[in-house]
Amino acid sequence: MKNVQAGVGQFVPAVRRHGAPIRITVDGEALDARAGDSILAAVLLRRRALRRHEFGGELRAGFCLMGACQDCWVWLDRERRVRACTTTVTEGMRIDLDAPDEEPASFD
Amino acid sequence: MTRVAIVGAGPAGIRAAAALVEAGIRPVLLDEAARPGGQGYRTPSPGLDLDMAALMGSEAGHHARLHGLFAAIHDRVDYRPETLVWAVDGRTLHVATQGRAGMVAFDALLLATGATDRVVPCPGWTKPGVFTLGGAQAILKDQGCFIGRRVAFVGSSPLLLLAALQYQSLGAHVAAVVDTTPFGAKLAALPGLAASPRTLRRGIAYRTKLRAAGIPVHDGAAPVAIEGRDGVEGVRLRHGAREWTIACDAVALGHGLKPETQLADLAGAQFAYDPVFRQWLPETDADGRAGPSLYLAGDGAAIGGAYAAEASGTLAAAALLADHGRPQPKATLRRLRQEVARLRRFQRGLARAFAWPAGQAAALPDDATLCRCEGITAGEVRRAMAQPLGPREVNRVKAITRVGMGRCQGRICGPALADIVAAAAGLDHAAVGRLRGQAPVKPIPLALGAEPAG
Ligand SMILES: Cc1cc2nc3c(=O)[nH]c(=O)nc-3n(C[C@H](O)[C@H](O)[C@H](O)COP(=O)(O)OP(=O)(O)OC[C@H]3O[C@@H](n4cnc5c(N)ncnc54)[C@H](O)[C@@H]3O)c2cc1C
Repeated sequence: MKNVQAGVGQFVPAVRRHGAPIRITVDGEALDARAGDSILAAVLLRRRALRRHEFGGELRAGFCLMGACQDCWVWLDRERRVRACTTTVTEGMRIDLDAPDEEPASFD
Repeated sequence: MTRVAIVGAGPAGIRAAAALVEAGIRPVLLDEAARPGGQGYRTPSPGLDLDMAALMGSEAGHHARLHGLFAAIHDRVDYRPETLVWAVDGRTLHVATQGRAGMVAFDALLLATGATDRVVPCPGWTKPGVFTLGGAQAILKDQGCFIGRRVAFVGSSPLLLLAALQYQSLGAHVAAVVDTTPFGAKLAALPGLAASPRTLRRGIAYRTKLRAAGIPVHDGAAPVAIEGRDGVEGVRLRHGAREWTIACDAVALGHGLKPETQLADLAGAQFAYDPVFRQWLPETDADGRAGPSLYLAGDGAAIGGAYAAEASGTLAAAALLADHGRPQPKATLRRLRQEVARLRRFQRGLARAFAWPAGQAAALPDDATLCRCEGITAGEVRRAMAQPLGPREVNRVKAITRVGMGRCQGRICGPALADIVAAAAGLDHAAVGRLRGQAPVKPIPLALGAEPAG
């Protein structure tokens, strides 16, 4: 996951963000965010990708950025699945990129 | 009192809510987004140094008025943000708010669900750094971020120029704008665009500004592949016999918009094929009636842009009121109908000028990913269809190959799938059917083990 850990982000700030500093963890690793950041922005401002695809393992970073494609699912506290693009960070938020083993079956 | 539920707090939903409030009704206004405004007129997240008025440009007045209106009616509306409506069952909506399930009963339902990007896949489109065109705008307005350092805007859409200009004006490096529709085709569509000369002039001004900023605008070129190892390093283009690569670290990909019609489908709307948009659209009358106590407004009914969304929201609310014993002034209805019809006519002109490149979708190489949810290639679809008695209709193809069955439920791959199926079956695009909406219309973000209430 070399690229995922790289210090350089895919996203680039266009303007300043004033929100208070917020600490989150992603797969156990601490990550600095700011109040108002979405999980996806917080991660992609610091990394080139969000996660590995569950079929094939290629890197993914979300796609639609508006809640339609579901390519940016992450897990909160190992119990709730959310879209990184539409979920705002909160202090101490614990994010895991892979599903816990007991993920419910898909929805078709 | 009539219980009215509105889904979508964009321009259409907010206007509809305001018209109902004025008539003394307190509608429930549901939106899965955290803040009001919908897609194009969204509210930035708090704490950003973002000058929305500058970013919205000529739309700044409309943007400010819409949000002013929302603030004015806020306490007379039962507004429920972060609430996904995932099913319609008779006169009940099934909703999920932050992992909690619930239900909302209604007498009349007004759907203002808006639109999402329609994209033609190309080899490499699943790489990190490739995003939708609408997404490139959404992340800028919502989070104050660019999708990359050197961004190429690729596709077929009037929003390509707008987005590139928004990026450029805020200091991003725009590598190029690549519009797959040849310039000649745009000129041929000009007569249809005369319905809204102001918007037409704006589009021409965008081009001039981009050119003046030294940003290359290519018409008639198509992406061959998005290149790079783990991320985006360039986009390879073809125009006639010429092939070349533009260096970039992000690509915004968009080929027009596509209405979010899944809830309308579940609520019983009928659909008809529209050859200009190459889409199946819900059928409504001129006021937005789509069935008993079912009303559609905005881009979710027919792509019309933000102005049409506002006017059609007011109009659909007026129709709803008229049907529930509150006759509306004939002159008002007539004026709104004319405005909606004119603006939607203009969008049809745009759909011709910025055509969906059907041939490009149909020619997606066998080894290219079509379904990004489950990593299924175009070749797998073609091979399944080539079997004896292989499927020739999109829902059958979906059942056999799983394309359209993954997390996005066909939102992303659906349009390209239809072209691939039509080409492989030798059938007209209209003859291969449409992916039917299914509940839940989006995966329900319930907490593990949580039981849906009721
Ligand atoms: C990505 C994008 C960017 C755009 N950018 C611009 C721009 O910069 N300038 C411009 O003039 N025009 C822009 N447009 C066009 C313009 O914004 C639209 O025409 C306009 O927003 C349409 O308004 P609407 O009310 O019909 O729908 P929208 O504004 O799309 O609002 C629909 C709302 O419905 C909600 N919704 C949908 N389904 C559900 C559900 N199942 N449950 C709960 N809520 C739901 C969505 O969250 C959304 O907030 C853009 C459009 C898009 C899609």
